[in-house]
Amino acid sequence: MLKLDNVHAYYGSIHALKGVCLTVEQGEIVTLIGANGAGKSTTLMTVSSVVPVRRGSITFEGRDITKVSTNRVVEMGVVQVPEGRMIFPGLTVAENLRMGGYLRRDKDGLRRDEDKVFDLFPVLAERRRQPGGTLSGGEQQMLAIGRALMARPRLLLLDEPSLGLAPIVVENIFEVVQEINAAGTTVMLVEQNAQMALSIAHRGYVLATGEVIMQGTAKELLDDPKVRKAYLGED
Amino acid sequence: MFEQQLVNGLTLGVIYALIAVGYTMVYGVIELINFAHGEVYMLGAFFCVTFITALGMPFYVAIVAAMLCCALLGILLDVVAYRPLRNAPRLAALITAIGMSIFLQNLAMIIWGSRAKPFAQEAVPAYLAETALEWSGVHLTWLQIFILGVALVMMLGLYLIINKTRIGTAMRALAQNKTAAALMGINVNFVISFTFALGSAMGAVAGVLVAVYYNTLYPTMGYVAGVKAFASAVLGGIGSVPGAMVGGVVLGVAEALGAGYVSSLYRDGVAYAVLIAVIIFRPSGILGRAVVDKA
Ligand SMILES: Nc1ncnc2c1ncn2[C@@H]1O[C@H](COP(=O)(O)OP(=O)(O)OP(=O)(O)O)[C@@H](O)[C@H]1O
Ligand SMILES: [Mg+2]
Repeated sequence: MLKLDNVHAYYGSIHALKGVCLTVEQGEIVTLIGANGAGKSTTLMTVSSVVPVRRGSITFEGRDITKVSTNRVVEMGVVQVPEGRMIFPGLTVAENLRMGGYLRRDKDGLRRDEDKVFDLFPVLAERRRQPGGTLSGGEQQMLAIGRALMARPRLLLLDEPSLGLAPIVVENIFEVVQEINAAGTTVMLVEQNAQMALSIAHRGYVLATGEVIMQGTAKELLDDPKVRKAYLGED
Repeated sequence: MFEQQLVNGLTLGVIYALIAVGYTMVYGVIELINFAHGEVYMLGAFFCVTFITALGMPFYVAIVAAMLCCALLGILLDVVAYRPLRNAPRLAALITAIGMSIFLQNLAMIIWGSRAKPFAQEAVPAYLAETALEWSGVHLTWLQIFILGVALVMMLGLYLIINKTRIGTAMRALAQNKTAAALMGINVNFVISFTFALGSAMGAVAGVLVAVYYNTLYPTMGYVAGVKAFASAVLGGIGSVPGAMVGGVVLGVAEALGAGYVSSLYRDGVAYAVLIAVIIFRPSGILGRAVVDKA
């Protein structure tokens, strides 16, 4: 479904991605793990065309999207929940959700999907007229995910959805991710919490300083002594 | 006397407000002071007169046509002059804005000559010059009522567009976080151009209203009006649309009172004094949020 082939990306003179190759198949949850600064967020941003690809290519469902603008990538069904949530603080919860469904014109479908988001995260329903910026961190994360779902993504890119959240909320969010996936959405999940990520993913990639250094099924990675040592906190 | 100054100030103030929203909206979405906005206002007046005299359009139709032309001009400015500099240092865009301002002013001089011309009075409905209300010495002409009414309707329309429509919500989203807006599938460049179009159309109306009010138009008229509208926007809190509206009215009234009670020589000075005072004492303006300088 998604294929990154030898992707290079730069921030000024910083070489952030040094030939990343990875694939995501229809229906999968694929996780991307790695230390801080490894290039995980950058990888997602190249897929969304926010960070330009200097060399290499990205294809989505057989179409080259390397140079396609961000809004066109979203139109094709690739939707990202960016690191740090990036909700619109001055827009109400309802308006944030409406922006998530910006490209859709089917009013009835949008209303139904909004209800679905409120079922998933009941707290958002109570806060629907409140500015997004007044929500707690966890609530903002729910809003960010809900907002992305409003776009009916075919491929959902999640960047550290568990960041800064209480364990119970993290579990809730991971359950939601699994539900979303079971309902037919392909997921690419970037996580610090490698244990959790690998426990719900089908496959995973380990990124270090802008390169894929390891890949395999979630089980293979969970059982790998090097992964256990470096990313699962074992000694 | 006081009431009369108030009425006059209010009339001018809503015109400043109409121009100021153009500055503030563009600033809101791309953090650029579009110095050429004063020229768009000036061209609104010239387009209107030209449509009346050369094409024989009726007054009201000519206003709408001038709005549309200025909206297109605003889009053109954005696409040609500012879009290529979107990722350049902010100073580059600012200097380009000043350049566009000078360019448009000179273009107008080449086309229409540099001398002031009267507005096409024969096309203006005669009733507008008549006094509509008079009580205890205060005169309110139909023209003033027309100006206040048009401004009110435009502001209301703008409020509805910004707060109740899909593209208006996208404008606000964009102003808060461009990356996030793009990740929603919002065509960022399109929404920015739309913002220019909206502000330019409002500016065009202001240009026509002023030209009719003073019965004169000239290629450099955008300069002082631009400074005053910019001062209004800063006074209200740059980036805030309600702020620009309030700022314009406050400045207009302050100016009229200053001119009436101190000396009419100080009329234009009031705007500069307000600008300086706001920058010193309350940089975020009346309705603006406190902003950390990102320059
Ligand atoms: N806007 C930027 N400007 C300059 N350098 C950047 C920028 N964003 C990221 N980088 C650099 O690019 C590299 C990869 O960053 P990236 O954000 O992709 O890492 P990450 O794997 O997502 O890390 P984390 O787990 O901390 O989120 C880092 O060295 C980082 O310092
Ligand atoms: Mg990251």
